Amino acid sequence: MTRWRSLEFILGAALVAGVVILALATPWLFPDGGEAMDLSARLLRPFLSWAHPLGTDPIGRDLLARVVVGARVSLTVGVLSVAGAMLLGTIAGLFAGYYRGVWDIVLMRWADVQLALPFILVAITFTAILGADMGKLIGFMAITQWVQYARLVRASVMTLREREFVQAAEAIGLRGRAILFRHILPNATGPVIVLMTLNIANNILLESSLTFLGAGIDPMIPSWGGMLSDGRSYLQTAWWVGVFPGLAIMLTVLGLNLLGDWLRDALDPTSQASP
Amino acid sequence: MTGFLVRRIAIAVFVVFVVTLLVAWAVRLSGDPAVMLTGAGNVTEQDLINIRKGLGLDRPFSAQYAGFVGGMLTGDMGKSFMGGTPVAKLVGHALPLTLLLTFVSLALALLMSIPLGIHAAVHKGRWADQTIRIVSLVGLSFPNFWLALMLVLVFGVALRWLPPSGADGVSSLIMPAVTIAIILTATTVRLVRTTMLETLSAQYIMVARAKGLREVVVLYRHALRNCAIPLITYIGLQFGGLIGGVVVVERVFNWPGMGSLAFDAVASRDYPVLQACVTVLATMIVVINLLIDIGYGMIDPRMRSR
Repeated sequence: MTRWRSLEFILGAALVAGVVILALATPWLFPDGGEAMDLSARLLRPFLSWAHPLGTDPIGRDLLARVVVGARVSLTVGVLSVAGAMLLGTIAGLFAGYYRGVWDIVLMRWADVQLALPFILVAITFTAILGADMGKLIGFMAITQWVQYARLVRASVMTLREREFVQAAEAIGLRGRAILFRHILPNATGPVIVLMTLNIANNILLESSLTFLGAGIDPMIPSWGGMLSDGRSYLQTAWWVGVFPGLAIMLTVLGLNLLGDWLRDALDPTSQASP
Repeated sequence: MTGFLVRRIAIAVFVVFVVTLLVAWAVRLSGDPAVMLTGAGNVTEQDLINIRKGLGLDRPFSAQYAGFVGGMLTGDMGKSFMGGTPVAKLVGHALPLTLLLTFVSLALALLMSIPLGIHAAVHKGRWADQTIRIVSLVGLSFPNFWLALMLVLVFGVALRWLPPSGADGVSSLIMPAVTIAIILTATTVRLVRTTMLETLSAQYIMVARAKGLREVVVLYRHALRNCAIPLITYIGLQFGGLIGGVVVVERVFNWPGMGSLAFDAVASRDYPVLQACVTVLATMIVVINLLIDIGYGMIDPRMRSR
C-alpha cells in the first residue's frame, strides 16, 4: 500500500510539474505561440518528422506547439477559478460556522439551489450573455463554486469550535475574528487543500468542455477544448488533431487527481483505507 | 414524520422557485431575440418593437415571470420563438430521450461498478484492487466529450460498427450511454469499495460467514444491502453532475434530447425553450433528491431529525 502511495505521489507530481514547466517555458520553446502557419504543410501525419513531431492542424500549424501553448489556458483557468472560489468560500464558511444564525441558513439554502442547477447549462447561458472570455469564465466558476468550500469549512469550524483550545482562546477573551483566523482556520486547511487539487482538475475539464462546445474562452486563443472542437470535424481524415489535445487534458487531470488522492490520505491520519 | 415531510417539500419548492427566478433573469440578460429573429438586416426600430410585443417581451419582468411560472404549473410552457412550436411539445420529444440515456447509463454504471467495487474491497491491497484503483483514476480524468470523440473514432470511423451520431434505434444509444457510464463507473466504483470495506468489518457479516453462507450470498445479499444507503445518497448528489454530462455527450452525438434542445435555444436566444429546459432538468434533480430524502426518512427514523 505504501509503495503504491509513493508511486501515486511521484507520478502525480511528475505529471503536474511537467505540465507547469512546459506552460511556463512556452515563450522560449515556441516563440511564435503555436501560431506559425505553413499552408504547404497542412494536416501532416504525426511521428514522421522532427519539425512536426505530432503533425500539423488543418491550416498547417504545428500541433505539438499548440498543445504545449494550450496548457497555459487550462492551468490559468483552473488555478485562478479555484483560488477565487476558495477565498470566497473559506471566509463565508468561517463566519457561518462560527456565528451560525441567519447567514448560516442563507448559505445552506443557497447550497441547495446550486446543487440543483445543471452547471453546464447555466454556464452556457451565461457565456451567451457575457461573451466567450477567459476572465469572465474564471469569475463565473469562482462564483458558482465557492459554496463547496463554504460548506466544507463550515463543517470543520462547527466541530473545531467545541474543542478545548478554541474554548481556551474564548476564555482568555480573544475576539471572534482572531479566534477564527489564528486558531480555527489553520486547523481547517487540510480538506480545503484536497478539494482545491481535485477542483483544479475538475475546472480544467469544465473549461475544455465549454470551449469545445463554443461557450468557453475565445476560439482564437489556443486551448485544448478549442483544438478538440476543430479536431471533431477532422475525425474521419486526420485523427491526430482530435487525439493529442485530449490526451494532454487527460494527463494533466490525471496528475492532479493522483496528487489529490495522495494528499487526502497524507493529510488524514485516521484514514488507513483509501476512499 | 409529517413535519419532516413538510420541511423537505418546502425546501424543494423554494429551490425550484429560486432556480426559475435565476434562469428567467439570466435568460433575459442574454440578448434581444427580436434582433436575432430579424438578423442584422434592414429593419426599423418600430419592427423590433412590434416583434417584442408579439412575443410578450414588452411586459415588465414580473409579469413575464408570473406568466412563465403559471404556464409551467398548468403544463403550458409557451411557444418557441423559432417557428412557434409549443415548447411543451419540444420538451415532450426531448425529455424521454434524455431520461432514456440517463437511466441506461446509470444502470450500466451500476452493473459495472458494484461487482468491481466489491471485488476490490474483498481483495483489498492486492493487485486486483490496485488495478481497479488506477483504472478508475484514469477514467475519472477523461473529459467526457473527448471520450465520446475517441469512441466515435474507433467504433464509428475506423471499425464502422456503430453510427457516429443521431438517434436511430438501439445502436445509436450504445456509444453515448457507454461514454457516460464509463465516467460514472470511475467515480462510483471507489465509493462502493470504501463503503464495502466498512460493511465487511461489521459483526453481522462475521455471523453470516460463521453460519456457513456462501460468500456470494454474504456479499451480495447481506453486505450490498447495507451499502445501498450511501450509494443512493451519492447518486442523488451526483445527479446534477450526471445530467450535466448527459447534456454535453448528447451534443457530441447529436442525440436529440434536452441538452441538444437547450444548446440550440441558447444559440438562437429562444427564451421559452431555454427556460423550460433548465427548469425541467433542475426540477428533476430536486425531485430525485427529495425522493431519496423521504425514502430515508421512511426507512431510518434517525434521518428525520436532520
